[in-house]
Amino acid sequence: MQFKSQAVSKPYFIAALGLFVAQILFGLIMGLQYVMGDFLFPHIPFNVARMVHTNALIVWLLMGFMGAAYYLVPEESETELFSPKLAIALFWIFLVAAALTVVGYLLVPYATLAKMTGNDLIPTMGREFLEQPLPTKLGIVVVALAFLFNITMTVLKGRKTAINTVLLIGLWGLAIFFLFSFYNPDNVVRDKFYWWWVVHLWVEGVWELILGAILAFVLIKITGVDREVIEKWLYVIITLTLVTGIIGTGHHYYWIGTPEYWQWFGSIFSALEPIPFFAMTLFAFNMVNRRRREHPNKAATLWALGTGVMSFLGAGVWGFLHTLAPVNFYTHGTQITAAHGHMAFYGAYVMVVITMISYAMPLMRGRAANSNKAQVAEMWGFWLMTVAIVFITLFLTAAGILQVWLQRVSATPMSFMDAQAQVSMFYWMREWAGVIFLIGLIVYISSFFIPGEEKAKA
Amino acid sequence: MSGSFTTSAARNIFYGGTIFFFLVFLGLTYNTEQVLPKRDNRAALANPDIAAGKKLWETNQCIGCHTLLGEGAYFAPELGNVYKRRGGEFIKAWIKAQPTGAPGRRQMPQFNLTDKQLDDLVAFFKYVGEIDTAKWPPNIEG
Repeated sequence: MQFKSQAVSKPYFIAALGLFVAQILFGLIMGLQYVMGDFLFPHIPFNVARMVHTNALIVWLLMGFMGAAYYLVPEESETELFSPKLAIALFWIFLVAAALTVVGYLLVPYATLAKMTGNDLIPTMGREFLEQPLPTKLGIVVVALAFLFNITMTVLKGRKTAINTVLLIGLWGLAIFFLFSFYNPDNVVRDKFYWWWVVHLWVEGVWELILGAILAFVLIKITGVDREVIEKWLYVIITLTLVTGIIGTGHHYYWIGTPEYWQWFGSIFSALEPIPFFAMTLFAFNMVNRRRREHPNKAATLWALGTGVMSFLGAGVWGFLHTLAPVNFYTHGTQITAAHGHMAFYGAYVMVVITMISYAMPLMRGRAANSNKAQVAEMWGFWLMTVAIVFITLFLTAAGILQVWLQRVSATPMSFMDAQAQVSMFYWMREWAGVIFLIGLIVYISSFFIPGEEKAKA
Repeated sequence: MSGSFTTSAARNIFYGGTIFFFLVFLGLTYNTEQVLPKRDNRAALANPDIAAGKKLWETNQCIGCHTLLGEGAYFAPELGNVYKRRGGEFIKAWIKAQPTGAPGRRQMPQFNLTDKQLDDLVAFFKYVGEIDTAKWPPNIEG
């Protein structure tokens, strides 16, 4: 760790991992409800568990991005953070807001929560992933702006590199596109159209810039490859990302009342979306192969390579599987979508945040890398979670193909619930894979408590 | 990647490409807004019950289990075409009868809606069902 203020990222990483655990526990509850429909009903209905599962994911990834930015920006800019105190204050505000929101979801019926929190003033609640009450949404805006102020001021007073520039563009884009979450017209088609400006332009747009910047930073550190080379790769990857991904938004505009030319734009551009992810895979492997030093942190290297591979499989390949309009006509809104969502989020965003945590945490704890024993445990966590997510994805894909066949392709289509009953075996197997994931997560987290031996290198 | 292809060239392509394709996207958005009145059944929105129904749809977080035009959660049936599939009276009776309490079966909560609210929701489902969705879903089961 080169600058004292980088240490502010530590609480962000710890809280992120705490929320990760909560996310997985609620995921297991939902998985069980798929096969034991009345499990925990009426205390935790499925929709509540799902809100906690998805919102915890979003919040912990945002925590991870912020932590990564606080670590990365001072080092790239070669200057202390503009205001470490502001960063710590924002951490507590964000954490308390997130905790209160989850408590609200769990303890109060959603309609009551909406009434209590002023949803009548600006109705924004009750849309997928944007379920947060108005005060939480406003809190996210305030925290994001103050965070961006802090980070931007740091970059402005220090060195400007491609990495911190791309990171800043990504983070500003994240904040700007979130503003569309306040736009909720009565017209369902327009509501859905602009809802995607948050959701799609986040995960298949600006978040990929953040991902690229974090990955590039860690690769420079662990491989020692010339910055010049890595920065060129970064620009090429994010160019491909946005050139394909912006109009690729069209793959969400096939069946929601939007003009039918979107079937062409969406199919063609999103068919190209795997390319930047494949470039990311090549990037990670190329840089590690051309490494100029043997970094003692093998675990971080593994996570970086894993990000390259799994983001390509989850976002690239599993996205392509159902992105062409004639295919999507049958798969839209089925378990195929769920399969893609799970591997894409894990492969791209979960893994890149853990890559950063894996690289930065030992340094913040005063050592270049963790002890061999701790790294072995961490790598067990990597393999258990990664293999588990692959199986979760495969089982959901199998369930999805069957569902599409029984409910949509068949000459005598089954009702939704009858089709669900037919595929329950795959839901059971998904749940068991989820248990393996949880075990992997426990092993991963336990690796933080195995003492370190490696000496710090300045 | 070496030789004459420099980092600053890569950077310029990034900015140029991004701005160009974002402008194309904005152009398509503008055109979409022009075409939408023919497809999105907005004339129906003159009836205020529909907006009230949409708000009920949102404040009871129906999207946490169901899909609407294929978007949402995949735990419970598609409701974009539920009006065509079941009709208004069935929808109201169904919502009132929840939860079924059938052991092991997925359960829908009781939302304690008034008769007026049930009518608003049905008006909302009818409106969504009349949006031109390019013939999606493939059949009435959603």
